[in-house]
Amino acid sequence: MCLSIPARIEEIDGDTANCSVGTATYNASLHLISHEELKVGDYVLIHTGFAIQKLDEEEAIETLKTFEEFKSLNESLDQEEKETNQRIV
Amino acid sequence: MKYIDEYRDRETVLALAEEIKRQSTKPIKLMEVCGGHTMSIQKFGLPYLLPETVELISGPGCPVCVTSRSYIDQAIAYSRLDDVIITTYGDLIRVPGSSSSLEQERANGANIQIVYSILDALKLAKANRDKKVVFLGIGFETTAPSSAAGIIQAQMAGINNFSVYSAHKVMPPAMATLIDEGVEIDGYIGPGHVSTITGSGIYMDIPKKFGLGVVISGFEPVDLMQSVLMLVKQIENDDQKVEIQYTRVVKPEGNVKAQETLDEVFEYGDDWWRGLGVLENSGLKIRAQYDKYNTEKILDVTVEPTKEPKGCLCGEILRGVKKPKDCKLFGNVCTPSNPIGACMVSSEGSCAAYYMYNR
Repeated sequence: MCLSIPARIEEIDGDTANCSVGTATYNASLHLISHEELKVGDYVLIHTGFAIQKLDEEEAIETLKTFEEFKSLNESLDQEEKETNQRIV
Repeated sequence: MKYIDEYRDRETVLALAEEIKRQSTKPIKLMEVCGGHTMSIQKFGLPYLLPETVELISGPGCPVCVTSRSYIDQAIAYSRLDDVIITTYGDLIRVPGSSSSLEQERANGANIQIVYSILDALKLAKANRDKKVVFLGIGFETTAPSSAAGIIQAQMAGINNFSVYSAHKVMPPAMATLIDEGVEIDGYIGPGHVSTITGSGIYMDIPKKFGLGVVISGFEPVDLMQSVLMLVKQIENDDQKVEIQYTRVVKPEGNVKAQETLDEVFEYGDDWWRGLGVLENSGLKIRAQYDKYNTEKILDVTVEPTKEPKGCLCGEILRGVKKPKDCKLFGNVCTPSNPIGACMVSSEGSCAAYYMYNR
């Protein structure tokens, strides 16, 4: 029920926007995020025909960086375990 | 697709699973409150990636599942009135009432239409001025602001043949009640899209009063695994607090505009939840100044006495004390094509998710 998908704003027309998810397009009301500055190319979450939040690209990049660190930590621990033949943690 | 694919990366999920294994020593039970999380967890098979110490249990966060039978019965009664068009999200149409369902009523000739948005219901009202269009408003804080916006837009556009029958609910009272009732959990995976609207402040009482952590999570497998890891760390370090994993969407203050819209139209009132009973201030009622958009105030119906199905464990499952497989009806009498209880109807109900992915 609370499902919501990230969609790219393609065109803003007053208080609605045409948004795309992959090849599908949706018309979304901007009523609930009218306080945000929005432009074509921004991503918004759409829920039941309303954009409910603008996605924060900087935060998304930060999160992805953390994941990269995880993967490399994991790889290095795997490598060390292989070399020492011991379970480290 | 941007903001989706990178959060489904297999290597990242496996790396997070390894890290959870490394850090987790105490046996814990984490409850995912949101039905969307339940579906994602089962779909991606996440329980199989977690160590034996970490168990995930589903909570009461499927609006269709917690909605009362009497609500369905009353919606059916509205659908039997002359000149009424019922508009509803698809989730509700197959939910069994005491003796019928909206789907059955539609087959019998009632004018019941599935809409994707309340705005579609408004368009229908505008195009059918001689009909009374009733919108069935269900859902939590994520969905309720759109119902509020719909009512405000109806007023602005002078659409007077439109009303909302609200069963909207809010999440925090249910989360507090579960702990109060002694359901054994060690932390909450917090609902991501409810929190998009509300912000993280609404959960502050949970660590303070009950000593449990809440991590507000996104819906992709990487999000959920990272949230589990964050909760594991909190518990291992005995540092329970409210954290946001889903930072690309959820702000501590939430969506202020949506909160204002919600508050303009709705006020809190007591409401009944399947499995939990009546919870104080857990429902959203339409304020008196919007009475003319409140179906309950403008249409009179007689509703049949509520009958609950025998043997259905939906209530216990929503409380997290039973799993779908504990129910004798699960998978034989009760299936998605012939659901007995609400938890099997909604695709995000625990029973439907288990039936689909984990039978």
